[in-house]
Amino acid sequence: MIEVNVQTEMEMLRPRLLRFAQLQLRSSAAAEDAVQETLLAAIEAQGQFNGAAAWSTWVFPILKNKIVDELRRRREPETDALPADDTTDSGDYFAADGHWMEMPTAWAGPEQALEQSQFWAVFEACLNGLPPKPCQVFMMREFLGLETEEICKELAISASNCWVLLHRARLGLRECLSLRWFGATAMRGK
Amino acid sequence: MLNCKEAAELMSQALDRELGVGERLSLNLHLMFCAGCRNARHQLSFIRDACAAWFRQSD
Repeated sequence: MIEVNVQTEMEMLRPRLLRFAQLQLRSSAAAEDAVQETLLAAIEAQGQFNGAAAWSTWVFPILKNKIVDELRRRREPETDALPADDTTDSGDYFAADGHWMEMPTAWAGPEQALEQSQFWAVFEACLNGLPPKPCQVFMMREFLGLETEEICKELAISASNCWVLLHRARLGLRECLSLRWFGATAMRGK
Repeated sequence: MLNCKEAAELMSQALDRELGVGERLSLNLHLMFCAGCRNARHQLSFIRDACAAWFRQSD
């Protein structure tokens, strides 16, 4: 068994686990529960922890499973189907002729942004600013690492609905990051 | 020829499924002529990378 100061490691990880759960569950109480269960499960199974890996790479998958369980549990059939007109509204970003309302300009220093804690605060604020459904599908895809088919199954939506929601989330994030982070430093032109 | 709205849909779907040959050709053709969509494509893939990097950020 590997020596890990479990208590300390967990206290350090806890705020990030909570933020992660909250982004997806959109409820502090549900996020608290999921994180609490995760930490208990992690303590119980700590004998299986491979000390060579970062503690977080071991705990996050446990939390991901808890979140998938919770999302599955709270699935409400009547809210699953999107209204038909919901499939066409990436229109916010495009003119009637299909051109961008505002041509995307290059972002300056995206790689460096990943190193800055202020960037992550903006990134999370942008995620939180997305409408709930696109946000949920996007989080399931990019943070829980589910394939589209799995998401469709969990939420009982069609593949094309799923793609529309993902697309809308990505366009929303792109716009938000452009305005709130890269806007000030955007380079004009190609 | 695709317009930007259609091209953007394909760019996003390319992150979730394998595009057909025809789709790839028409998307690439559009991208050759459209700097705005090339920027958008980089940004969409940056967003995916950022999500993966979220787990690695230090507090």
